Amino acid sequence: MQQIINFIIKNSHRLLFLLLLGISFSLVIKSHSYHRSEYVNSANAVTGAYYEKVNEVNEYFSLKQKNKDLATENALLKQLLFNKKDTILTSKTLFRNDLNNYNVVVSKVVKNSFNTRENYITINSGTNSGIEVDMGVVNDRGVIGIIEKTSANFSTIQSVLNTKSKINAKIKNSNHFGSLIWDGTNAGFAQLIDVPRLASLKHGDSIVTGGNSDIFPENIPIGKIDKIFIDKKTNYYTINIRLFNDMTALGYVYVIENKRKKEKRQLETITTAPKK
Amino acid sequence: MNNSVLNTIRFVVFLLLQILIFNNINLLGYLNPYPYVLFILLYPVNSNKSILLLTSFAMGIFLDMFCNSGGIHTMASLILAYIRPSLFKFAFGLSYEYQTVKIADKISPERITLLLLAIFVHHFILFFFEYFRFDLIFTILTRTLFGTLFTFTICLLIIYIIKPNKR
Repeated sequence: MQQIINFIIKNSHRLLFLLLLGISFSLVIKSHSYHRSEYVNSANAVTGAYYEKVNEVNEYFSLKQKNKDLATENALLKQLLFNKKDTILTSKTLFRNDLNNYNVVVSKVVKNSFNTRENYITINSGTNSGIEVDMGVVNDRGVIGIIEKTSANFSTIQSVLNTKSKINAKIKNSNHFGSLIWDGTNAGFAQLIDVPRLASLKHGDSIVTGGNSDIFPENIPIGKIDKIFIDKKTNYYTINIRLFNDMTALGYVYVIENKRKKEKRQLETITTAPKK
Repeated sequence: MNNSVLNTIRFVVFLLLQILIFNNINLLGYLNPYPYVLFILLYPVNSNKSILLLTSFAMGIFLDMFCNSGGIHTMASLILAYIRPSLFKFAFGLSYEYQTVKIADKISPERITLLLLAIFVHHFILFFFEYFRFDLIFTILTRTLFGTLFTFTICLLIIYIIKPNKR
């Protein structure tokens, strides 16, 4: 017993190091698995409040640009409103129930990141505003990401610019589906993989979110085709997409809640569950 | 001033500097300096080493919270704090413990060696665990190299600023 205690006292420095190393290593491992670290993220009261304060100051420097963006969006909405004929035409494909299918919560980005391989964004509304994990986030120009963690007043978003993110997307004209990923190099571009070779593609075609996803509504813009490659291993297309969104300058965002997600998931699990 | 008070102040100041200023630099779109390693290097040589481990761990975990980076800062600063005595031995020779070495004193070749080596080790661990893939080792090394140079420059500037001018 004496010897054990002596050993511990003698090596206390090393043991402390090993203990702390173990803790940090488990944090790293956890952060590289599918879901983020439970404890160390910026969706807590301290860091969230700090980023909100900093953002209050930073906002003043981009007021002009934000105003311009809002005016453009207003103009677009006005255009939809005035051209009633157009809205009736497009709403043919819109089922009545679709109108009540999605809930939208407005929120503000208080912390943005785009220079690592796994980027997360923090916004200033959380469960108190009805935000839950796995909701989609968009702004007026296109897709931004998916809610990853929430607290009472803040949430973190897994950005499109995250090597772990995978979003269902399609080519607007031809309805061919693929998965939107990011290779971790350039913040202006994302990649669309697994597009079948049958699809006819053109430089500049629009890419929008697909209908397979229960996170995003269909036809939310993502970007346009910049370069097309053929994956030699799988013979699928890999497409470089120039994002419509400038992910380095985000302001207000909209969080989309799909009211029927639970119902859809339930149905799908029942259908695919093995029969006894 | 009392050592522990000085250290507490340093801790807070370096943490605030890092999250307020240096995390937002984004040179060339992706390069950020991490001069908070100076906190670990400036810790007095003869003081309690276990406290250094604990404070470096705390520093890392706070930064990870603010950067949303999992545990990579914790890992890097903890390992740097642990191997610090060996780095000192390498840079100043065996007898470093008996003299009062202060990095902030004067810029000499030994101190530059220490700084560069420590920053390189820290950044390598940081980027290695950020990417966490062996096939990207080339990217990791280039990022480490550029990051080291950038952080080193910033650290030298900080040392020049906080160094008391005796002449």
